Amino acid sequence: MLSKRIIPCLDVRDGKTTKGVKFEGNVDIGDPVEMARLYYEQGADEIVFYDITASSDKRDIMIDVVDRVAGEIFIPFSVGGGIRTLEDMRLVLLAGAEKVSVNTAAVQDPSIIAEGARAFGSQCIVLGMDVKQVDPTEGISSGYEVVINGGRTYTGKDALKWALEAEALGAGEICLNSIDADGTQEGYDIQVTSLISGRVGIPVIASGGAGTTGHIHEVLTEGLADAALVASMVHYGTFVIGEIKERLSEQGVKVRRTWG
Amino acid sequence: MIVIVDYKAGNLRSVERALGRLRVPCMISGSTGEILEAERVIFPGVGAAGRATKDLKESGIDRVLRKVFDRGTPFLGICLGAQIILERSEENDAGCLGLIPGTVTRFPSTLHGDEGRRLKVPHMGWNGLRLKKHHPVLKGVLETDEFYFVHAYYPVPAREVHVIGTTEYGIAFPSVIGTRNLLAMQFHPEKSGAPGLRILDNFARWDGRHAE
Repeated sequence: MLSKRIIPCLDVRDGKTTKGVKFEGNVDIGDPVEMARLYYEQGADEIVFYDITASSDKRDIMIDVVDRVAGEIFIPFSVGGGIRTLEDMRLVLLAGAEKVSVNTAAVQDPSIIAEGARAFGSQCIVLGMDVKQVDPTEGISSGYEVVINGGRTYTGKDALKWALEAEALGAGEICLNSIDADGTQEGYDIQVTSLISGRVGIPVIASGGAGTTGHIHEVLTEGLADAALVASMVHYGTFVIGEIKERLSEQGVKVRRTWG
Repeated sequence: MIVIVDYKAGNLRSVERALGRLRVPCMISGSTGEILEAERVIFPGVGAAGRATKDLKESGIDRVLRKVFDRGTPFLGICLGAQIILERSEENDAGCLGLIPGTVTRFPSTLHGDEGRRLKVPHMGWNGLRLKKHHPVLKGVLETDEFYFVHAYYPVPAREVHVIGTTEYGIAFPSVIGTRNLLAMQFHPEKSGAPGLRILDNFARWDGRHAE
């Protein structure tokens, strides 16, 4: 059977891995190429990079990182952040990424999903969604609203409806990040994850809030997620991916356990 | 020299990079002459069968691949390259190369997992491989090894003897198929970590012969 995936997420700014809490107060924590190689050797199933470089004239730095990562690790990896056009996608994919993720640009113009899927295949196109819990209204009946600009801007879009729309447009996967949980290490938002993963026909990666293997277990079972994104848990050496997988396996979750 | 066949179908550089890591000389080429003269051929592919078979036909690479197969050149198909070696694909109702009798079919939308949940299509992620027979290119593959898959369609050879290995996803589907000098896998060895690199390394040494 298919294994549940454990996916370390690296936020990259100006070519350095960085980590913040709720998108504020980032500090540099290492070289993304070196960290990717380490996680690859420790059994990561995939790696996600988010380019949070503020200035667009520094995009070349990220392309260089992608190119170097592709020569070091032989598992899939995706790149998101600042992807706005087909040409942005092409550059990242040519540099060696398996997938690109679109977030803000897709909210502003959903046709980028369809165009990307047509040009490169659905398997390449990941919809990144940041969501926040809100009081349910007629327009946002799921009680979760899509937000952009790192959570600063509300879009008026219902998270579930947006996920279904993106699937119909040709997205191959969804990376669902709870802004409320992000960086807290207090657990994933199980409610929104199961709501969306239970309804769409494409894989869902849960993101935001991982602090313990128990949290991961919860989101992969009760949360119905196909994969779990981890960041702080592994970046500071508190947990090693191999140990996380060992623990999950003991609890009956099917994970990939040999990678030597 | 291994030639990675270029017919505009997706990420050829990841195969090139994996071979680079193994220090195996290779080149990406869409030249019919170079493909024909290759010591070994890797036929990758990502995308839709209809578009791919159209590109192959227009470039004349379809006929060259048939010749490569006939003359016994070790031939490795990957992902879409493991599908369009059959006769026909349900995807875009595409006529394919016909190197192995059989068809390519889509996962039914009614597949269910162990807990009774509907399985998602595409089948995306890491899964195992149950070998039905030994093959030199799969030497050293362990029962516990997993490989990276991403696909909605899978190959169904008409003859059981052409199924080398299967993978479980609601059903047991053929994930490695082959005959004579041709071996093809639905997963991506170039994206499957150490076990995948081992397969590519084995292929780089394979003489194209094995007992059926």
